[in-house]
Amino acid sequence: MSGQILTSRLQIGDGHTLERYEATGGYQTLRQVLSERQPADIVAEVKAANLRGRGGAGFPAGVKWGFLAEAEPRYLVVNGDESEPGSFKDRQLLERDPHQLVEGIAITAYALGVHHAFVYVRGEYARSARRLQRAVDEARGAGYLGDDVLGSGFDLEVTVHLGAGAYICGEETALLNSLEGRRGEPRLRPPYPAVAGLYARPTIVNNVETISTIPWILRNGGSAYDAIGPEGSRGTRIFSLSGHVKRPGNYELVMGNTWRHLIYEIGGGVREDRALKAWIPGGASAPWLVPEYLDEPVTIDDAERLGTMLGSGSVVVMDETTNVVGAALSIMRFFAHESCGQCTPCREGTAWMERILERIFSGAGRPADLDLLLDIGDNISPGLAWPPAMTTICPLGPSAVSPVVSIMRHFRAEVEAMVNGGGGV
Amino acid sequence: MSRWSAETQNRARAIVAQYPECRSAVMPLLYLAMLEEGHVSNEGMREVAEWTGLTPAQVQAVASFYTMFKRRAPGRYLISLCASISCHLLGAAEVLAAIEEETGVVAGETGDDGLFGVERVECIGACGGAVALQVNYELVEGVTPDKARELCRWLREEQPEVIRSDVLQERFGGQRSFEWGAGEKEGSVAPVPGFGPYGSAAGEPV
Repeated sequence: MSGQILTSRLQIGDGHTLERYEATGGYQTLRQVLSERQPADIVAEVKAANLRGRGGAGFPAGVKWGFLAEAEPRYLVVNGDESEPGSFKDRQLLERDPHQLVEGIAITAYALGVHHAFVYVRGEYARSARRLQRAVDEARGAGYLGDDVLGSGFDLEVTVHLGAGAYICGEETALLNSLEGRRGEPRLRPPYPAVAGLYARPTIVNNVETISTIPWILRNGGSAYDAIGPEGSRGTRIFSLSGHVKRPGNYELVMGNTWRHLIYEIGGGVREDRALKAWIPGGASAPWLVPEYLDEPVTIDDAERLGTMLGSGSVVVMDETTNVVGAALSIMRFFAHESCGQCTPCREGTAWMERILERIFSGAGRPADLDLLLDIGDNISPGLAWPPAMTTICPLGPSAVSPVVSIMRHFRAEVEAMVNGGGGV
Repeated sequence: MSRWSAETQNRARAIVAQYPECRSAVMPLLYLAMLEEGHVSNEGMREVAEWTGLTPAQVQAVASFYTMFKRRAPGRYLISLCASISCHLLGAAEVLAAIEEETGVVAGETGDDGLFGVERVECIGACGGAVALQVNYELVEGVTPDKARELCRWLREEQPEVIRSDVLQERFGGQRSFEWGAGEKEGSVAPVPGFGPYGSAAGEPV
């Protein structure tokens, strides 16, 4: 099953221009909403859609909006800090259909009584940020942003803000600190951003994909969105396929089909028709799955039942030639590098797990290293379950434990053989 | 008294005006400081502190947190190779070895002549087009060891003023994460993201 809610313009060469966006129905929904709908009515529509956030946590967007405190000013911040290894969907939405995001921002801001919205785009997405900035400028020129939007009396400024190379800024409170000109360290909650966010004002933070869905929901109705896909995983979402798969790319799909369908039908199967060894179902943070789960349904709740998550929808396929310690080491190096350093278990634990995986991979591993890895992991994420228990402010630390738990659960004999047999290089 | 050029000061003024609180301008102004001097210097951080009403120490706390703020000049062309999971699985190590050999610069270093800086970076959001790299934050996807060598030679011989993703991809890229659509004329002029407020410029068509 494929869907065309978010990706209808992604095949059009100039789909990113205002001219093409308007010619394909763009900004009609904003015009209609501003003249015919009340803000509370829009929030109710999004609640009815049961749209769950696409940034990773899967929290219902409409419910989040309902928490926004009354005080003014209040802010909308769009999270375009896409940095989860395996994820590249927001980049495509930013580059190929930026006006859809801008229209989503304008509708959302109107619904929430926001007059200044920010889009935080990761620093490495220079090309995406240029496209988005041009779309914002075009929209302002055409009266869709700025003072008195389309003569409605509603004012809205949009600022595109570039990050500077820090995965942790994808965590919403770290993002807010970064946007305030601080180190990107996550905040303790409560208070939640909806009460005290940017500059301690009420703030809603939503992912690029989530906000890009808003125009469709307002055009077609929340109940139409809620009618697509299985309960708990309504609508479509973009899956990013990569790794040892024949047809990598972004695919907008209705959830509920099987992993086998996703990897073999959509992705074309494993490169050179090799055997599948494992896959990461939801970005580097997610515990891995192995072929015995191929016929499980791809939904947010089913992934959780299997002790993992769909996260940001990024699926990384590993074939039979993959050295699992090498793969786990690549992921651990990522988390050790990206740990912000605030919480001791994460700062120290990720660095130690990286060193231990490194020595196993290089052939200097010791038999005790296997349990040592799990013990360090247990200090970051007690019980080693998913969703994780945490000894840290944010989920980065527990996410770093995922590759270790995955290789120990599914490939322990292989890791032992590496310790006894001289490593993987 | 600002040490920055009049043009840079104009840009700084426009950046600060975009935010309800001027502290938010710290990161864009640090990019501007890099554009002005080639790296983030102590003087640059003092300058940013003046624009934002912070102390130089507070600016340094921010600058030292983010990998893209470079305390030393990274080289005219900063080559950032992704080594995260999808690129790792598809041969990032071989591409990095080719780049190190061709440039004579090992990852984490800058060459003596200042032409190349090479670094191994974490995921740059091009997993469907692994192996991916950036030159001055302009992306190329589907890079092989041979293509990476060609890219380095081309940079050395041509020494382009403006680096543009679309040109790099056309000449040295392969598999893409997705079709890019219409081309982009803008690119970067330094190892700073080529984004309007600080570092972009239009180059020749592809």
